[in-house]
Amino acid sequence: MTDQTRNPLRDEIRRAIDENPVLLFMKGTPDQPACGFSARTVAVLQSLGRPFAAVDILPDPRIRQELSALSNWPTIPQLFVDGELVGGCDIVTEMYQSGELQEVLGLDNGAPAEDIPEPGPAEPAPLSIENRL
Amino acid sequence: MSTTPQAATPEELKQRIEAEIPGASAEVTGDGHHFYAVVSSPEFHGLSRIAQHRRVYEVFGPEVGDRIHALSIQTTTPQETA
Repeated sequence: MTDQTRNPLRDEIRRAIDENPVLLFMKGTPDQPACGFSARTVAVLQSLGRPFAAVDILPDPRIRQELSALSNWPTIPQLFVDGELVGGCDIVTEMYQSGELQEVLGLDNGAPAEDIPEPGPAEPAPLSIENRL
Repeated sequence: MSTTPQAATPEELKQRIEAEIPGASAEVTGDGHHFYAVVSSPEFHGLSRIAQHRRVYEVFGPEVGDRIHALSIQTTTPQETA
């Protein structure tokens, strides 16, 4: 299903992945997740206090189509770190519990997330891929 | 390969996973829309988690996100489960 034709939307998605060291494609925004799986993934990332960029895939159904074609991953959310797909909600949660996520994110504090008392730094405004075309 | 309009059932997902992934055994729970599958197969040995989950998603192709609204996956190899 890979087509060789030019695909501006896919290029934009790829660029967003390349430009943001930690990028979450999700339904809704970190402040207002529109799906339980996205909400859970946001909560995990926020509990680690690691700033991340987020793309809401809901405004344009093509974002999800192109993203899934690019990542070969059918579901949302999708977390990318340093340009690589880490996984969706299940894998992120599993890796969080095992401490692997903290490692991938370059957080070498082995402290459980519950012990982080302060909210993380303010999230940057969600990226709007559809507005960048 | 049927695209029946019927709601998916945990039993159907279990059978399809076990039929398509060699040596797999699956436990599937769900309500017809959201499913949770724990899949063990020797095929997963040496694969990354991403690759293991992709293998399970591949069983259902475009049905994931559509007829199967959400599919949570946990994968193990038989050694890990033992």
